[in-house]
Amino acid sequence: MIADLFTANVILGILASGIRLATPYLYAAIGETFGQRSGVLNLGVEGQMLLGAFAGFYMVFRTGNSWLGLLAAMLIGAVMGLVMGFITVTLHAEQGISGIGVYLFGLGMSDLLFQKMIGSVETVRGFQPIYIPFLSDLPFVGKVLFQQNILVYLAFLLVPVSWFVLNKTTLGLKIRAVGENPEAADSLGVSVKGIRYFTCILGGTLSGIAGASLSIALLNVFQQNLTSGQGFIAVALVYFGGWRPLGVMLGSLLFSMVNSLQLWVQTLRIPIPSDIAVMMPYVLTILALVIAVQRVRPPTALTKPFEREG
Amino acid sequence: MSLKNIQIKPILTRILAALTPVLATLAAMGIFAVILMTLGANPIDAYGALIEGAVGSPNAIADTLVKATPLLLIGLGTCIAFRGGVVNIGGEGQLVVGALAATLLGLLYPEAPGYVIIPLAMGAGFLAGGVWGGIPGVLKAYFNVNEILSTIMMNQIAVQGMNFLLRDAMIDPVQLEAASRIPQTARLAAQFDLPRLVPTRLHLGALLAVIAAVLVYIFLWRTTIGYRIRAVGLNAAAARYAGINVKRYMVLSLLLSGALGGLAGAVQVYGVSHRMFTDGSAAGFTGSAGFNGIVAALFGQLHPIGTIPAAILFGALLVGANKLQRVVQVPSALVIALNGLVVIFVVSSEIWRRRQTRVQQRMEPDNTPPDGGKPPGQLEQGEIG
Repeated sequence: MIADLFTANVILGILASGIRLATPYLYAAIGETFGQRSGVLNLGVEGQMLLGAFAGFYMVFRTGNSWLGLLAAMLIGAVMGLVMGFITVTLHAEQGISGIGVYLFGLGMSDLLFQKMIGSVETVRGFQPIYIPFLSDLPFVGKVLFQQNILVYLAFLLVPVSWFVLNKTTLGLKIRAVGENPEAADSLGVSVKGIRYFTCILGGTLSGIAGASLSIALLNVFQQNLTSGQGFIAVALVYFGGWRPLGVMLGSLLFSMVNSLQLWVQTLRIPIPSDIAVMMPYVLTILALVIAVQRVRPPTALTKPFEREG
Repeated sequence: MSLKNIQIKPILTRILAALTPVLATLAAMGIFAVILMTLGANPIDAYGALIEGAVGSPNAIADTLVKATPLLLIGLGTCIAFRGGVVNIGGEGQLVVGALAATLLGLLYPEAPGYVIIPLAMGAGFLAGGVWGGIPGVLKAYFNVNEILSTIMMNQIAVQGMNFLLRDAMIDPVQLEAASRIPQTARLAAQFDLPRLVPTRLHLGALLAVIAAVLVYIFLWRTTIGYRIRAVGLNAAAARYAGINVKRYMVLSLLLSGALGGLAGAVQVYGVSHRMFTDGSAAGFTGSAGFNGIVAALFGQLHPIGTIPAAILFGALLVGANKLQRVVQVPSALVIALNGLVVIFVVSSEIWRRRQTRVQQRMEPDNTPPDGGKPPGQLEQGEIG
């Protein structure tokens, strides 16, 4: 039965679904990367994802329009990002704990709204796979790379875009300066709080999209705790990726490929207990953190609130 | 400035500081009332049902205290960790492994007398939780791995481990025969049930948790090891200059914190459920006590004694939520959301307490900030070793 895993079809299936499954991690983790590079640790990603997932799902359920759903998810994510910004930037609340608060709020609120406003198991027709002409017909790569839904393509497009923004633009320079040395950035006239608010809102928006990518593109359902810890993994992936978009992408892919493999192992009824298989990505993440953390240093001002000496 | 003024101001400040979380909670409940109204529920009816469900009868009060017990134990662990300058979000996993260890012991020796097995099981839970908390501690101290992330990962690993064991090795033999194969263990022998205190569901574990709170207080404020843990938490660099082995105490705080979580799991099995069961998620068994306990500790200003009333308050919220669900048809998920809001408000209100403390210090340069008024040292990453 193990041999079943090594047929071309299964390998392609694992790769294709692995790339698909990387989508929510990519959005959430890249959003978190911006936040952490500016010095804000947002542990509420999971809660923001859940609210985004619900908002998107509800909108598509009511209107049938996936784009409206995406917009709703982005809006609610942005609002939650603004909340996170207010708590941590303006009120200087301890970031790790505020994140847990945002998580619990999102977990409870999304379930509450779901039960109140929908109340039963429903599916929607969200974003459908787009077959890119010609490329999708290529042997092997066609199926893996060019028969995905639009959110998958955009997620991978986000990687070079965010690399460019972080490293080649003034905005990116300001973000990094604020995360490394807020006092110096402030003395040069950069608004530390403004930048941090911006990254919080951006991170929230991307978390919203991450949630929507589950509820209106990959799974097309909503249920309690739909994200099941993926938001927390996304935060871990930022550390794993050394606060760089490319590293984050590699981490996301590694993680989603292991996940995908695990799903196929179950589908093919290979006798490995599924609980142990599900456990593997988490063990892997801890090991990855041990290795990754030795290589790179986190942004100096991460989790440290900023206040002008007065 | 009159003498009177100087003496009264600090007391007022202290009272205000102690009241801040209460005010923050009221604010959170106010915001939530608006949310309830938009959902078409009358917030007064809702909060009324909540209160009645929580303290409306002797049985309700007993249930509240039973619910508060794991929150208090997890909260005590949170106090130790935070005072030691580390964050432990792994309460869920620590509770699960503690419960697993205690259950296993009870299942292995069903004939043994209760007075032998019960203390051993509590010890087993304590140890297992300690290991589960100690691993992130070692990773943090010696490998610089952020403990927030590793404790979250350890939660997931514990839950999958629990699912694996309950579906296979530890499953109730009756379930093994049945086609349904519900993932739960057999019921523990009746002599292992924690004694009931009064003719309600209130069990000895509640008393144990209160004793633990006093012990943790004594440990943190009256012993050398406790003093060192707090020193590391307040200023790791200064502690190192003073010759304290910062890494070792960091591991110790997380280890003890996890051990109390494991004890919570053992108490939960022997006092309430008398078996282990799973619905696949952590919350199915723990009821999210691992997270709610953190909330309770924060609410009690990270003071072991302050955590006692805080845990009771949140226990009441949880018990009341069931009533709420029946009376105003609002899903009990509401309480999770409300808890989240309370956390956000309480953490955010820290800024006012800090401001008051600062004003007071400016007035009286010699006066140290009131105990508990000082927030735990800003969590520093990458600054160890």
